[in-house]
Amino acid sequence: MAQFRGVDYLLIDSMLSEEELLVRQSVRQFADAEVMPLIRDCYREGRFPTHLIPKLGELGYFGANLDAYGCAGMSSVEYGLLMQELERADSGLRSFCSVQGALVMYPILTYGSKEQKDQWMPRLRTGSAVGCFGLTEPGFGSNPAGMQTTARQDNGGWILNGEKTWITNGSAADIAVVWARTPDGIRGFLVEKGTPGFTSSDLHGKMSMRASVTSSLALADCRVPASAMLPGAKGLKGPLSCLTQARYGIGWGVIGAAMDCYETARQYSILRTQFDGKPIAAHQLVQEKLAWMITEITKAQLLALHCGRLKDQGKLDPAHVSMLKRNNVGMALECARLSRDLLGANGIMDEAPIMRHMCNLETVKTYEGTDHIHALVIGERVTGIAAYK
Amino acid sequence: MKILAAIKQVPARDSQLRVNDSGTWIEEPDTSEINEPDAYALEEALQLREKAGGEVVALCAGPESASQTIREALAKGADRAIHIEDDDLGRFDSLGIARILAAAAATEQPDLILTGLQSDDLGFGQTGVILAELLGMAHATIIMKVEPRGTGIRVKRELEDGWFQNTDLPLPAVLTIQSGINKLRYATLMGIKKAKLKEVRKLTASGLGVAVEPSVRLERVFMPQRTKQTRMIEGSVRDQAAALVEALRHEVRVL
Repeated sequence: MAQFRGVDYLLIDSMLSEEELLVRQSVRQFADAEVMPLIRDCYREGRFPTHLIPKLGELGYFGANLDAYGCAGMSSVEYGLLMQELERADSGLRSFCSVQGALVMYPILTYGSKEQKDQWMPRLRTGSAVGCFGLTEPGFGSNPAGMQTTARQDNGGWILNGEKTWITNGSAADIAVVWARTPDGIRGFLVEKGTPGFTSSDLHGKMSMRASVTSSLALADCRVPASAMLPGAKGLKGPLSCLTQARYGIGWGVIGAAMDCYETARQYSILRTQFDGKPIAAHQLVQEKLAWMITEITKAQLLALHCGRLKDQGKLDPAHVSMLKRNNVGMALECARLSRDLLGANGIMDEAPIMRHMCNLETVKTYEGTDHIHALVIGERVTGIAAYK
Repeated sequence: MKILAAIKQVPARDSQLRVNDSGTWIEEPDTSEINEPDAYALEEALQLREKAGGEVVALCAGPESASQTIREALAKGADRAIHIEDDDLGRFDSLGIARILAAAAATEQPDLILTGLQSDDLGFGQTGVILAELLGMAHATIIMKVEPRGTGIRVKRELEDGWFQNTDLPLPAVLTIQSGINKLRYATLMGIKKAKLKEVRKLTASGLGVAVEPSVRLERVFMPQRTKQTRMIEGSVRDQAAALVEALRHEVRVL
């Protein structure tokens, strides 16, 4: 395939600053040179390209939108473009950076003590430590308020009990941000790898996100010191605020996956001939699919860009992010399906990136707030009635 | 060591090129990028600074939009930049461009000037060499390797037929760098942020006292013209074969 030059039907690039374009170009070069050549094998073999972690740190991709402890201090749009280009390579790679930045570094920086920040932020930024985020439980996905993991005070420390699952980077993590019920409401705890009573095990048999580690965490009378609790986060809005950050990144990231599918299908349809040597792109049904995709990608780009500008003005709220995440993931998944269709039988092979993106996007549709739940958040915003309660 | 990295912005390699209305050059392309050999010259400059200390100054003549390429150089680690801003550099020939660059370089008194061995758009391969002559500096072309050595440098030049030449040069010197001699770095996000704060000195050709007096003029730019001719070869099969071989050997020169 020819070198990827971006998808910009509506001259949206003209709304981006020189820095924003440079961020995109730099990440695109990195993804093309360092990730694209090996991602198919990683996906086949079910492994994350671990050797990239120090490089991702060096380039400033962890906590890129945070502005402390040497983080890059990117604007929201710059951060979004980073996510887009990473997910153009693979959703698993974007997930790794999302979790590290939005779900681990963000809560430590926002809710942590000075000691917690000093200890973890530099290591998490460079990638010398990996983090994970433990909120979801086997019985509580969309309804985290029902969580059964508990923390009780004992002898000046805390004792944690419970189980977390669907945890990206779980077994790879040096530090887990674990959310647990206390008599005082839901609180966050930093649990280090190797703490007695804390174990992880990987989930096997995934047909999606195969280039990403997904684990369960078990806490059995796991004792952590009082200093392990995040002092600034009290109640469910702590973890939910982290998820809003991560979902914002997903809203951008999936545009990258959609672009990769669309561009693959567009180029294929021009090269592939059928019926008297005509390119299949000359057929009306093929053009209609390409027209649908480019239109939806363009709308998704505008939605993401607008949300990014709002975020920098402090005006983006969680109900906006729900629309961004839900719309753009649905769009990307449909683009993957249409692109597969255009490639015919060739589309099912892993020579093309399409099935990989499609399978990944099934996860992205569900995690960080399912499509349904985000619909209900939007529904609540426009009716004032919460349908999920 | 103070190193100038002379870089040029050129149309991106697979951009759609359109000849301008007057047929003298191309319209400004949708996407531009740093001239490839210049990217390696900049990288070499940054690596030399990491080894020997000093400063790297990016030097670029080009339209306002070349600020994108300058910003990339700053993001990758150049300490500051000089932008000789001109929307119509096509008025100058290689000598004129080299005069502009030389006048700007003279304000810096560099120890070393690195630039690509040629540009991806015009491909004359002259600017670096003329620049050295104008500044009265030693120069070497098609450089594969640069090492500081005493008060000078040792360089490895690519010759033809797989031969190389290792030679010592005094400083100050101008080197034209071959593509692919090092591994290009990516701009880090921190670097991109820092680049906003770095100095970009703006100059103009007239401000530098360089007049437009080209001795070489670009006559016409046009797309390769496709021609298709069919010639029927008459005669016996033996004569036809002989005529065909003759034509392939001496006219088409493929045999």
